[in-house]
Amino acid sequence: MSAFESKLQIVADSVIDQARPDEQIEAFVARGGETEVRVYEGDVEHFVSAQSEGIGIRVIVDGRTGFAYAGTLDQSAIAEVLAEARDNVQFGTVDEWAALAEPDGAEVTEQTLWNEELADFPTDQKIDLAKELEKLASGADPRVRVDDSNYADAHGESAVASTTGIRMSGRENGCYVSVSTLADEGEGDDAETQTGFGFSVGRSPSEFDLDRAAREAADRATRLLGATQPSSKRLTVVLDPFVAAQFLGVISSTLNGEAVVKGRSLFRDRLGDEVAASMVTFVDDPTNPKAYTATDVDGEGLAARRNVLIEDGVLKKFVHNSYSARRAGTVSTGNATRGGFAGTPGVGCLALSLVPGERSQEQLIADVDDGLLVQQMQGLHSGVNPISGDFSTGAAGLLIENGVVGAPVREITIASTLQRMLLDIVEVGGDIDWLPMNAAGMSLVISDVTMSGA
Amino acid sequence: MIEQDILERVLAGAVSSGADFAEVYAEDKRSTSAGLDDGRVEQVTSGRDRGAGIRVVAGDTTGFAYTSDLSEHGLESAASAAAAAASQGGGGVRTVALTASAPHRPNRVEQDPDTVAKATKVELLNRMDDAARSYGSEIVQVSAGYGDSRKKVLVANTDGVMTNDEIVRTLLRISAVADGDTGMQTGYQSMGHTIGFEVFNTVDVEELAREASRQAITKLSARPAPSGAMPVVIKHGTGGVLFHEACGHGLEADLIAKGASVYAGKVGQQVASPLVTLVDDGTMPGEWGTLGFDDEGHITQRNVLIEDGMLTDYMWDFLRARKEGRPQSGNGRRQSYQHLPMVRMTNTFVLDGPDDADDIIASTPNGVYVSKLGGGSVNTATGDFVFGMTEAYLIENGEITEPLRDGNLIGNGPKVLQDIDMLANDFSMGSPGTCGKDGQGVPVGDGQPTLRVKSLTIGGTSS
Repeated sequence: MSAFESKLQIVADSVIDQARPDEQIEAFVARGGETEVRVYEGDVEHFVSAQSEGIGIRVIVDGRTGFAYAGTLDQSAIAEVLAEARDNVQFGTVDEWAALAEPDGAEVTEQTLWNEELADFPTDQKIDLAKELEKLASGADPRVRVDDSNYADAHGESAVASTTGIRMSGRENGCYVSVSTLADEGEGDDAETQTGFGFSVGRSPSEFDLDRAAREAADRATRLLGATQPSSKRLTVVLDPFVAAQFLGVISSTLNGEAVVKGRSLFRDRLGDEVAASMVTFVDDPTNPKAYTATDVDGEGLAARRNVLIEDGVLKKFVHNSYSARRAGTVSTGNATRGGFAGTPGVGCLALSLVPGERSQEQLIADVDDGLLVQQMQGLHSGVNPISGDFSTGAAGLLIENGVVGAPVREITIASTLQRMLLDIVEVGGDIDWLPMNAAGMSLVISDVTMSGA
Repeated sequence: MIEQDILERVLAGAVSSGADFAEVYAEDKRSTSAGLDDGRVEQVTSGRDRGAGIRVVAGDTTGFAYTSDLSEHGLESAASAAAAAASQGGGGVRTVALTASAPHRPNRVEQDPDTVAKATKVELLNRMDDAARSYGSEIVQVSAGYGDSRKKVLVANTDGVMTNDEIVRTLLRISAVADGDTGMQTGYQSMGHTIGFEVFNTVDVEELAREASRQAITKLSARPAPSGAMPVVIKHGTGGVLFHEACGHGLEADLIAKGASVYAGKVGQQVASPLVTLVDDGTMPGEWGTLGFDDEGHITQRNVLIEDGMLTDYMWDFLRARKEGRPQSGNGRRQSYQHLPMVRMTNTFVLDGPDDADDIIASTPNGVYVSKLGGGSVNTATGDFVFGMTEAYLIENGEITEPLRDGNLIGNGPKVLQDIDMLANDFSMGSPGTCGKDGQGVPVGDGQPTLRVKSLTIGGTSS
């Protein structure tokens, strides 16, 4: 976000200029807008167009932190936010590590995060895209109908300034289309419905692949028609790229430096140990322009950077922001996260990926004698405990027998532990796909997972 | 928050291009939260969210815009952005005359959290930290959070409806980590009510903390959960999420209208065991899903959804009810002024049955007893739903025995409802929940007596 000098920077600067000698102050100011179109049966169901803005101010005095925010940039509101943040300082416990980030000299890898074509894209064409996608998806298969078809875009600018010398502003925009499908088969008591989804993301609408989104949405729904509940057994799973990306999202919380310094990561004392199979290398690299969450700076305004976290199965590094790094006796890895003006920076992977292998999903499946191609996971938030490592999630997919994909199955769970799953990775696919989340997807083969069914 | 004559002008302007309905939803919310982690009060946060969302409807098309500018000019800009999307090309002058609804306040707030010193709120966290840590030497980490908010809500629409509501929320949560030879385990407790700080006159916060520690320590000796289908007994006041997922979402009229629910076309049919009567009630005093009016200005009410196993009705919002030419049910809700309303649950619960809880366990030769549930989710079109168990035990020969590690359970809603074969008479409400749908989270409550499901699939690893 460095290249774009915004009016918001002036607002942020004016707040930190009011700092008293004993105060560290950080101001984060953001403004943004969004458009969302939903189409149903050829008509616009809803059209949302909106703007929002706000400010968050953090004050640290003698190791105590206070914070306040407001969803407005009115002058009087900003004064109130600063006063509230200052008032809140007295209630924090003294923390010797509490401090704002300081410039660390790391070089910023410039990213192109703003697209003029999207900024000028006319409203009627946004609606047309959602209508077109609906038409393509419902035409992809006679059994498919569309639940909703959507176009959405968002743009935002932000600025951060701190008394410790951070000063950074920028803007970014992006867009996506998505479609939810229903596939029906049978009648009366035998009537059955399955669901699917497809999407395409881009910096501008010209990057969309509507045909692929429609085809995937239709395939996902129709492939599961006729699914039954199988018996329980242990088998090898092949995670579809979308599912693997969700799995990476879970793994990322065990590599979080804040969880480590607070004793909540199951890898907290495992640096240098072999924690994954030898072909497994995890890299967090938000400077990769292909990543959906690519960025040039992190949530504290430090340069985003490439970090190798697990290399050839060996745990090398955790991700840190300036606070967790200070506590761990190391330096920030540029992994401060910030959800918006209403919160203070956390720690997290920004764009996590496995270094891809060579082979296609089809080739991976050909080597599996008894397995399950996992197409959907359900309940990651309720059945996965990243502190104990217990992993159990609802699933649906296709059985694999002697290297061939066969019958669809549903109402099953797959379970293991995160510790075992990393060691049980058999192969990483070459089909890397950057999905609209902070992790990449690729087919992933994991052995010895329990499938629970009837 | 906004003068009546301004609202009337903005609404009239919003429908001047031919739309048939317009609505202003304005909110002004102040919140305070405090977080304790690793033995330190990390931060007290003060928040202010204020703005209005304007919805304009023409036929089946809805235009929506929101703004943080509550001046007449700000509202007019948002109204014209919303109207542009829902323009019918027609026009004409329409006047709007608003009539304020009589107040409806199911909750009685005695001590507004705004009047309580922040130091007093922070003190709750320190007390919980002490209690959780002193419960056992296995406890190695504790985090706790306090939150309160006061949200003023104004809804006005071109049908002449104008309602004012004020919702106060008070929330406390704690999570504890225990460490042992088998690795780390976690325990979690929370409480939340739509009343003020007086809730702490009756809630024992130390007990809440000790309960989180007890769960974490208990699980240190837990064995892997079984894998496969078996009878499951769910403790009262913990399993409302089962009904929320197994059928609650599937009874929301927006999903019914699109044929995206397994319960479409089933009103009047037996969809559950005759033991089951399911109610959604937004008027229960102090509960987490309670509101005076829903977020479309419709008064909240008690809706019986399933009576003795028979499906009696769905839940309705303004748009879906208007299309069907029937009354709303007070279930139109939204996360904030930045969101469109849709059909949502409030407090959803199952009424008492005839059985004794101890008898249910004693008459279950083998199975799983779940005494604390995590979250859940459902695919309403297939009816398949999951929910997490965060404290569970084996049942062997009619007795609760060994603790089990965390895992998900999976079932199919319509089948599970029929498979409820025992229902106790010990109803209680559960912990505060946040229900997610289409990217929006809203506060909900749930409750149920102890019950048994004949067969559910447990997602463990032990054969």
